[in-house]
Parts: sequence; structure tokens; C-alpha cells
Amino acid sequence: MTHQSSPTLSVVLTGSGGAGVMTAGQTLLDAATGCGLYGLMTRSSGPQIRGGEAAAMLRFGAQPVLCHGDRFDVLVAFDFENLQRFAAEIPMDATGLIIADPAAGETPEFLRKTGARVVHVPMAKLAKAVPGGRVSMVALGALARLIGLPEDSIVGAVAKSVGKKKPEAIAASERGVLAGAAAAADIEPGARLVTPPAADKPRWSLTGNEAAGLGAIKGGVRFVAGYPITPATEILEWMAPALQKTGGVLVQAEDELASINMIIGASFGGVPSLTATAGPGLSLMIESIGLAVASETPVVVVDVMRSGPSTGIATKSEQSDLNIAVYGLHGDAPHVVVAPLDVGDCLMTAQWAVHLAESLQTPVTMLSDQALGQTRAVIDKPAEASFPTRRAVWTNDGEAYARYALTPSGVSPMALPGVEGGQYTADGLTHNVKGTPSSQAKDHIDQLDKRRHKLEAFDYGAHWAEIDGDGDIVVVTWGSASAPIREALAAARAQGHRIKLVALRLIAPAQPDRLAAELAGARRVLIIEQNHSGQLWRYLRAHCDLPAHVTPIHRSGPLPFRPGEISAHLQKGLES
Amino acid sequence: MNMSATIERSFKPADYKSSVKPVWCPGCGDHSVLLSFQRAMAELALAPENVAVVSGIGCSSRIPAYTNCYGFHGVHGRSLTVAAGLKVARPDLTVVVASGDGDGFSIGGNHFLHACRRNIDLTYIVMDNRIYGMTKGQPSPTTEPDWDTAIAPGGTGLSPFHPLVVALASGANFIARSFSGDLGGTARMIVEAIRHPGFSFLQILSPCVTFRPDQQKGWKDIVRNAVVPETDDPGRAARRLMTDDGFNTGVLYRGKRPPYQPAPLASMDPSQLETEFDI
Amino acid sequence: MTVPPDSAKAWSVAEFFAQALAIEIEASERYELLADQMDVHNNREIAAIFRKMAAIEAHHRDVIEKRAGKARVDGKPAKFSWIGPSGPEAIDFEDVHYLMTPHQALQLARINEERAARYFEEIAATAQDPDVRAFAREMADDERRHVVWVNEWIAKFGAEERPAEDPDPPIYQE
Repeated sequence: MTHQSSPTLSVVLTGSGGAGVMTAGQTLLDAATGCGLYGLMTRSSGPQIRGGEAAAMLRFGAQPVLCHGDRFDVLVAFDFENLQRFAAEIPMDATGLIIADPAAGETPEFLRKTGARVVHVPMAKLAKAVPGGRVSMVALGALARLIGLPEDSIVGAVAKSVGKKKPEAIAASERGVLAGAAAAADIEPGARLVTPPAADKPRWSLTGNEAAGLGAIKGGVRFVAGYPITPATEILEWMAPALQKTGGVLVQAEDELASINMIIGASFGGVPSLTATAGPGLSLMIESIGLAVASETPVVVVDVMRSGPSTGIATKSEQSDLNIAVYGLHGDAPHVVVAPLDVGDCLMTAQWAVHLAESLQTPVTMLSDQALGQTRAVIDKPAEASFPTRRAVWTNDGEAYARYALTPSGVSPMALPGVEGGQYTADGLTHNVKGTPSSQAKDHIDQLDKRRHKLEAFDYGAHWAEIDGDGDIVVVTWGSASAPIREALAAARAQGHRIKLVALRLIAPAQPDRLAAELAGARRVLIIEQNHSGQLWRYLRAHCDLPAHVTPIHRSGPLPFRPGEISAHLQKGLES
Repeated sequence: MNMSATIERSFKPADYKSSVKPVWCPGCGDHSVLLSFQRAMAELALAPENVAVVSGIGCSSRIPAYTNCYGFHGVHGRSLTVAAGLKVARPDLTVVVASGDGDGFSIGGNHFLHACRRNIDLTYIVMDNRIYGMTKGQPSPTTEPDWDTAIAPGGTGLSPFHPLVVALASGANFIARSFSGDLGGTARMIVEAIRHPGFSFLQILSPCVTFRPDQQKGWKDIVRNAVVPETDDPGRAARRLMTDDGFNTGVLYRGKRPPYQPAPLASMDPSQLETEFDI
Repeated sequence: MTVPPDSAKAWSVAEFFAQALAIEIEASERYELLADQMDVHNNREIAAIFRKMAAIEAHHRDVIEKRAGKARVDGKPAKFSWIGPSGPEAIDFEDVHYLMTPHQALQLARINEERAARYFEEIAATAQDPDVRAFAREMADDERRHVVWVNEWIAKFGAEERPAEDPDPPIYQE
């Protein structure tokens, strides 16, 4: 886990009309991290499929960077088209530097108001002047010069992505970069990149969605069915070839109802299975997740949460699907809900989710979000996680088989199709121990008890939450809110304050005893989350005894928490 | 069709029946369908544990528990999708999907289209009684437009759904119709449907004695074997369907599309996937 | 197969007995299944009638088995396809109703016994093998005797049809 105790540099690139902002952002990330820095990148865009206004937001540091800071140090504007759209997402102040093309016209008022220094580089003109020149390369060249990034790292990054097949493209990029750098030679720089760390640890560059896919396959998933939906589609697109290589299969289903039922079918056949979706898709899957609960069929459902309700803002993050994930099923249908804490944690949490589903024969909903799923971050290569993923499978021991037998753990062995003597019919209808439909009170209660008991008796181990620090102020949070909170806590601790952080990874079943232990003696508890109604706070209130001084801090997306925003809340908590 | 390694074992129809007694009304055509299914399984000599029967919700969908095979009784309208996932993950199994006209053509309509199109090696049996029996008698997509019900007094006024037409247009690889009262014909068509690779669709007219007693009396008289033989030409099959009154039994169409069965290309260790993230 | 197939004319004794056995097994099993249905629907009277018919057919089956004695095809019991139509003696599932009266149930049984009798009479008349003709004659006589029993049974019950109105409306189940 990480916090920023050393300086970082935040850069935003903006432009429109196919200027190549997104690609330039990727190139910049690759260039800087290729030099040994850590970094992350998020993106914003207008609603157009192509040619829309776009912004690539990056942050670099000497330690892993897992969230954006409070402001951007440099803004490189290829043009100013519709930049107003991003105003709230690109805070700047008088310490900032804006590199703009004079041909783009007057700097927009919201930027002027920040007090940032505006410098001009004629990117379009310079790009036209060199063969094969592109505005984005000129811009990166100028930026590189001003922030202290070696220009050849940019060219190297282009070469890596474009490949040896296009030497002319590489040469053209180099010409553009050099032209931009030359144009910036006389400009006084502002903030500069920090020195990369000396240690040479193995590092990865990946998105939360990619990490989730990898974690799932490492956990044993070999069947995926899914339907495209923003911001989860990349999970499916990454897993499709990955599954082909590792002995699995991905099927694109006709809708989310088909997706969830296909994975139930595959799992009934014995193959660990997963689907990935977002809020609207999760709503469609709800009935069949209940079928998985009742029939005790293990599946993993990844919900990459986005701003809701209904269609909402598909490209923006929010933590507002906790309610439906935990409460959405009709009837009493307890099941498991987990949530990763940062981009790299998507891997371990996905792997853990598979382990939980298979061990408990239950659906597990993993609540990721757009801020994790579509953020690309450079992380230290994670340690190998090991979960003994085992599904209790029945072997013919000569005894008559009862699929839903009442066992001490609540988990009853599952006969896999093909095993002689184990034939049973899995059912959403209330059933007896053999699986035969039953309306008898005893059977209904027995099976409800069984399914609840198996979840409550299970040892979830240390992964239920990440706890660090100590003190009589405790911050409780979950998901992508964790990273900016950590950064704010690092600053507070640097000033001598003692604050404990409880970042929950296991949302359901609730762990009232363990949470009570962490909150014991707290003078003040802050529950911080990114949704309008305080879903985690209300959930914890329902299931846990919370101490008297609980301050819920919650606001909706689409804007991410910033460390400074959290610090302000902490300050209030510390003062009272 | 999957022949399991059961050369040594031989099976009787009774081997495919569980000890659970059906709750279908006496007179329901589904009793005959169950017996036809058992006979078909015995003829195919498939070991019961290598067969999975997947269903949705409705009277017809009760059938898995009455068989001695593995069964999955899912939610309304989604049987084809559960079966698709199961078959793709376990191509070694014979997967039979059972549904009714409401479950299969109303709420399940979308999945029907895509199951035909996807052409996974499944056999889909729809017991069509032109009514929603389990919920006490509402019209289904195949109900006649003037059939009076409480929920649609005077009839729906809607043209009925033509499942064979839709199956043909959507790419099903085997299309047939039978009548539950014709045990031999139904059993034979189940055998051929299972044997034929790809998505096989069999509509079985199965009267509902409780809500459509007219069917119980009338269908036996009107159902007839199709006069023309089956075809592998979708155009000819389409023209035949234009004069079909819904009571011609037999195999309509036997296509040649290869079944969809995605297979992994390799089976390397997941850790080898990580190299793409290395900086 | 309510009438014997053309191939019946050329049957051997073993083949004939294999078919006869199949007919009785099926008839008996069918009556058992119908009795189960009636039990589930709490019509004990009809269930009892069907069980008795099942027992009669089962007994007949045992008798045939004894009579068939050592007659076998190629050293094994003759195999027949499982997917053939119902035998002449098995009641169609679609012909029953949970409120059917004993009169109606026995009418059905009689129709089936008569059909079986005609079936065997046809074989007795047209089979090429004289032994087959003889055995078919015996079977036909058995079935005629069944018809008489069923008629006597019918006489014990009134000619009651089921009521036009079912006082119990159907129930929602799911």
C-alpha cells in the first residue's frame, strides 16, 4: 500500500478532433515510467465517438502513484475546443504552467482565473513544417524539455508501441519531438519531474480491468460470458485471448441475462466462471444471481461501477452500487460482496473472489469501479497470491447422494455432470436436501440456515480489510476512495497526527465483531465514500454497532476524491 | 450427439426416469414427452450421468427432476443460456433443453434467436400447448388470436409466433415438429435431433388438458405427418413453411452448418500472461 | 402400432414372443404410470383400477414369458427398437383426466384390450409360421377373456361420466 511522501508531477494533455491526446498520454506514461518513474493515467472525453474533446491526466512520482493529486502542474493544450467540459476535473493554480498553441486563440476564462502562467508553442505550425510531423509529438517534445524528461524517452516509447515495422513513423515522431523541444528551449520551466528511484524492482503497467482479468484466470476461471458495457468491456476484451491461451473460453452473450445464466451453466458443469458488467447490467443479472444463491452455484460477477442511477454517466466513476450488490436479490439471499482497493489490488481481489465463490458455492460480486478499471497505473509487480481454490466435489462413495445435505460447514459437496450416481437437478425452487422441490417449512428453514451458516462460519482471513496506522481517529472506507484517503493520511501523520485507516475489502457478509475491534476506543470515526446517499455508512449502521461519534462523509461522482479534499475533512475531525 | 463410452452398458427407458412422480395433470401431453425422451435416450444408449436436462419455468420445465439425468431447473426464459454455458464448458455432455411456449418464445424469445444463430450442439425441445399453464391460462405467443382468456378478453388479436419460421430464419441446424400423442414419432425425432450436430429444435405439440381441453380432443384428429420429405435447402424449407398450418409433423429441415464449439488454443500457465505488463 | 406390421407375417416364434412380451410389458408399465398420476391427484378409485389392470398385464407378461420358454433369437432375447410407437394395449396419456370416472377408465381399458385382441387375431390369420398362428390365437383368446372381465367390471359401476364443472379451480404453482 502506498502514500505520497515525496513530490509528484501532474500533467494534463487536452485536445480534440483526432489530435491524438489519448495516444500522446500513453506515450508520455510509457516514456516517464520507462525512465524508472511510477505514474498513473486517467482519461476523460466528450460524448463523441471520434473527434471529440479529450483529456489525458497523468501523475508521476518516485513511489507508486495510485490517485490524482489536488492540482495539475502542467496543462498542454493542443487546442481549447470545448475545454470547459473538463474544467472541474483539471484544477490548477498560480503555480501551474499552461503550454498552448497561439493558433488555438484566447486562453479560456476558467484557465485564466487559475492564475497559471501561459506560454506559447506554435505546435500546429511546427508540425506542418516537418515531414510526417504531428501536433502531439511537437507538444510532447516541448513538454519533455520543460519538465526535464529526456526527449529520446518519448521517441523510445513511440518506437516500442509502433514497432519496428514503421521506421518512418519513428523518424517522423523524432522530428516532431525535437521541433517541440527546440521551441521550448527559451521558455522558463515550472515544476519538474522528480528523480527516478535508484532501486530496480520489477514493475508492471496495467489497468484495473486488466488486473481483474489476470486475477480471475490465476484464480482458476476458464469460462467467461459477457456483454459489452462501459467501463467493463476491457475486462472481456483482455480475457478473450488470455483464456484462449490458458485453456479457457469466452463467449460474447446476447445480453446480460444470457451472460449470467451462461456462467451458471458452465459452473454447474464444474468450470469456474465469471462475467463482468456495470450497474445497468448488474440490475439485469439480479434475478439469476439469486438463482446462483439458491442452487448454490459458484460464479463471480465483476461490477465496474459507474456513475448512476440508470444510464448515468458511463465514463465516470462512483461507488453507488453497494446497495444493489448487497441487497438487490429478492428473498433472503445472502452472498459475498468484495471490493478491490486500488488498481493493483484488482488482481488479488479477483483471485480471492474466485476462491470464495468456489469454496462457498455462492455468487461473489466484486465491486470495482471506473476509476480503478480504466486507470492505467505503474505498480511494483505484486507478490504471488495463493488461494487453495477448491470446490467441494462429490465422489461416489457408495452412499446415496444428497446435493444439499446439511453439513457442519454448511457447504455440501457438488456432483459434477458425468459422475455416475450423482445425478440431481439443481433448482431455484426451494428444495430439500436431495434437491427435490419442497414447500415444507422445515426444508425452507434448513436450507436458509445452511446458506447463511456457510458464509458466516467461513474464515475470510486477513484480506477482509487493509488496516494501517493507529490512533483514536479511525477512517473507514472502501474501493477507489482508499488511495486519496491514504495520501491525505500520510500528510496528517507527517504532522504528527495518529489516525487509523480501515479499508474494507469484504463488504458482505458484514464483519461486525472484527470491525468493532478496530473501532474500539475511537474518539471519532469517519466513514468516507463516493456516493450520494452514504451506502456503506448506512450498511454498517444496519449490521454493526458503531460508536457514537461517527461522521459520514459521502458525495457522488463524477469527480474523484482529492487528497486535499480528504485532508479538509480530517482537519474538521481532528479539531472537534 | 455424444456417444459416451458405454458400449458395455445397455439401457432401458426406465433407467432414465427418476423416482419423483410427475405432478402434471393426467391427460397432459408432457407425460408422453417424458416417455418419448426416455425411449430416445435408451435408443441412443447414453449413460444417464452424461446427459444434462436444462429447463426454465413452467409445466414443461418440471421435466428435469423426473429424469435420472443431471438437471438444471433455472429461471423463466433463460434455459437456452444455461445450456449454452454448460455445453461450451463441458462439450463431453449431451445437453437437452426443455421449455414451453411461454418460457421459450416469450421471455426466452431473444435467447431463442441467438441460440439458433450460435448453433451450439444442443437439442431444444419445446412442449407447445399454446397457453401459460402454470400461471392459470394466459395466452402465449403461439395462442390463436381469438382465444378468450381473463387477461385478454376476446383474445389478444395478435398473430401467433411461428417458431419453426423463426428457427429457420435464425440459423437452426435441425428443425422438426411432432405431437406428444405420437410416442414413436416423437421419440424418433428426439433421437435424430440429438444425433444431428449443431442446434436442433423440436416443437412438440403437447395438449393442456386443464386449460385447453379442446386440444386434447382436437389435436389427435388434425395432426398429420408432413406429406413432403425433409430438406436441407433453407429456401425449400421456407417455402414449405408458408403453407404450414402448424400441424404438420416430421423433420422439416436438416442443415449442414458446423456447430459452434469454441476451443482453447493452448493451455499455458497463467503466469505467462503477465509478461505483457512488464515495463 | 395398433395393427401388426407387414413384417409380422414372417415372424419366427421367438420374434413373435418378443413382440408379445414387449406389448404386455408396455401395457403394464403404462397402467402403473397412470395409476401413479391418479395417486398424485388423489383419485384413489381410478388409481386402484389402473393398478389392478397393471397387475393383470404383468401376470399376462409372466405367463407369456413361461410360454416363450427357451425361444430366443440368436441366443438373446429379441431386441426391438425403443423408439417404436406404443403397443396396441397401452392407453394414450392424452386420453385420461384426473376426474375420470371408473366407467370412463374401464371403457378405455376395454378399448385397449379389444385392440390387442384384434392385433393378435390379425397375426393368427396371416402369419406364415403355423406355430406363430397358434400362439397368436392363444394370445387373442387371452385378450378376449380380458375384454369379458372388463365388461363385467363395467357392469358393476354405473355409466357415470365426469361432471361438466370442476368444482376445484386450477391453482397457481409458480
